[in-house]
Amino acid sequence: MSRLRRAAGRIWRVASIPLLAIILAFIVAAVVIVVSSVFTSTGLDVFLPLGAYGSLLAGAFGSGTGISNTLVAAAPLILGGLAVGLGFKAGLFNIGVAGQFLVGAFAAAVVGARLAGAPGVIAAPVALIAGALGGAAFGFIPGFLKARTGAHEVVTTIMLNNAAVLLLTWAVNDLVRAPGFSFPRTGDLGHSALPILLGRNVHLGIPIAVLAVFSVRWLLDRTTNGFEIRTVGQIFITTLTMTLSGLLAGVAGAIQMLGVIGFYAPGITASVGFDSIAVALLGRSDPIGILFAAILFGAFRAGAPLMQIETSVPVEIIDIIQALVILFLAADLIVRRVFRVRAAKPVISELATVTRTWAGGAPPGGGA
Amino acid sequence: MDAVGTVFRLIWELGVYLYTVVPDLLPIILALATPLALGALCGVLNERSGVVNIGIEGIMLMAAFFGYLTGFALHDAVGSGVSIALGILAAVFVGALLGLVHAWLTVSVRADQIIAGTMMNIAAFGVTGYLNRLIITPSGRGGAGVIAPFHLPDAIANLPFVGPILVMFLDQGPIAMSVLFIVIALQFALFRTRWGLRTRAVGEHPKAADTVGIDVYRQRYLNVIFGCALAGLAGAFLTLESTGSFQNGMTNGRGFIALAAMIFGRWTPIGALAGALLFGTATALGVVVSIRIPEGDLGDIMRSIPSYWYAALPYLMTIVILAGVVGRSTPPAADGVPYVKEGKG
Repeated sequence: MSRLRRAAGRIWRVASIPLLAIILAFIVAAVVIVVSSVFTSTGLDVFLPLGAYGSLLAGAFGSGTGISNTLVAAAPLILGGLAVGLGFKAGLFNIGVAGQFLVGAFAAAVVGARLAGAPGVIAAPVALIAGALGGAAFGFIPGFLKARTGAHEVVTTIMLNNAAVLLLTWAVNDLVRAPGFSFPRTGDLGHSALPILLGRNVHLGIPIAVLAVFSVRWLLDRTTNGFEIRTVGQIFITTLTMTLSGLLAGVAGAIQMLGVIGFYAPGITASVGFDSIAVALLGRSDPIGILFAAILFGAFRAGAPLMQIETSVPVEIIDIIQALVILFLAADLIVRRVFRVRAAKPVISELATVTRTWAGGAPPGGGA
Repeated sequence: MDAVGTVFRLIWELGVYLYTVVPDLLPIILALATPLALGALCGVLNERSGVVNIGIEGIMLMAAFFGYLTGFALHDAVGSGVSIALGILAAVFVGALLGLVHAWLTVSVRADQIIAGTMMNIAAFGVTGYLNRLIITPSGRGGAGVIAPFHLPDAIANLPFVGPILVMFLDQGPIAMSVLFIVIALQFALFRTRWGLRTRAVGEHPKAADTVGIDVYRQRYLNVIFGCALAGLAGAFLTLESTGSFQNGMTNGRGFIALAAMIFGRWTPIGALAGALLFGTATALGVVVSIRIPEGDLGDIMRSIPSYWYAALPYLMTIVILAGVVGRSTPPAADGVPYVKEGKG
């Protein structure tokens, strides 16, 4: 009994601030929903948040379809969250997951369409690897630039996100446009599509994402909890970490392409980018934490459309909730005051480096 | 030998082409540079006092939305001119308010500054998208209108050499027109006034500043709030002076390009304006090369480059400039480092 209690205590110490941050975010978002209901046709509705959260929950977990939608939405978030979290472990902030995701999705789509007639056992893995390599290449650029010139990855990755959207649109229009369609897109995937394991849409990418969780965990354990990532050979490690981070984001794009979307067309958006940051922060850069955080945010994304249809609360409330969660994690002081907790301070100490290396150069040795 | 000759001829043709095209583009370049310059000034004020702010993008977006919403809501009640003026005021106020939030998070709570900025960006995207869907889209009404730009008399505009320059800075709406004056005022204030000296002191060596009796927290609060008010003005420019409408995510990376302009300008207001004008020029050329193509080989080369590459030019240029400039320029020494007063936990 006491052992059980100790285990519970340990979990509470790690998870209490994130959990309370989520609860607080939902409470504040409820206030937003109530206040903004003034502008709707029905007028002020104090109970609207209950209805909205109810349909959010129903949409995410209320049925077999809901649960599989949640899992399908969670898979790219797991990989994207791992990508951001791995960067955090090395003091790097990869905001470029959106761009790396798109490049990975594009590479998987192009290679997948080319191999559409080949046997699935070959076609699907090759397309998946193409996506991984595409993302890795796109992560390598900011990593190398940071290591060699000090150009901060926060700005370069966001610029690459914007450039990726434009250049991939060009590529689909002028380079790889499939004939026979009324709009620019890549060809059908055929045998390259990831097999459906269960129900209508639970595809092979989901176990791949879970496998990635344990791979990254193994990697971090091997590098003594990520410590060496920060100390051994800064240039090499910075480049390698960003490349691996891009690789994970590329796999996220590839499984989404091969398991869900099916073809690349301009206008594919990657909300995965921002979501991944929230997932990594909520999971405290820990692979297992990221797994749970990704399932939570996957549930939000899966349940939100039903919420908007049934209660007219815009799906963007999910972004607001995410921002609030990040706010309460960054300023955990608020959570501590509100709930009067004395849990361990959730320091992602690696993050300090992200700000310290701003504008390039070595981290100043305590400029204050 | 022949190849070298061709390259020189192409460079010559490019020079001639730019000489004929750029004077006509000057007003557009300033208009494109305006939100970037104001955002970069926000960055300069923040970082000179030691606070990193990557939330400029989000603050711009929020201000653009609430400025637009104000103009939109009051349009029928008070008429177009007054509603736009109130909209600009609202945008600046929203910018300052979000600056207060950022200052509180970074100075008082000492939250991670990059995370605080990221939070701002995500929140802005969510809040503006949410309210846009809830209020503006269902109303189905048109925009809040835009400010009519000022026009110089032709006699002045046609003056040789100075004419195009005067047109560039004065043939504009009020916000774009004010940019040059704000830049000059801030350059003076930052390097020639007591306030500027204090700002640079808390950004370079807060402990020394504290010792001589400067309130580090207060100075940082003031700078962040004032800087973010300028980012709010940039947002107002986007909706109330430039486009007259609001689209989700319409800032489209401008807040981040502004940061690159700030670094390019080595944390000075005039340098920031120069950086912003450089990006404005890249963007304007990206548009014009697909409309006005020169004759000859240069035209053939320019035609062979897809328009999407031109559109991506400002983003790619940001990366190149950051990689080239950043290592050789020095940010304020205490940039991004929270200050802890002696005797305070």
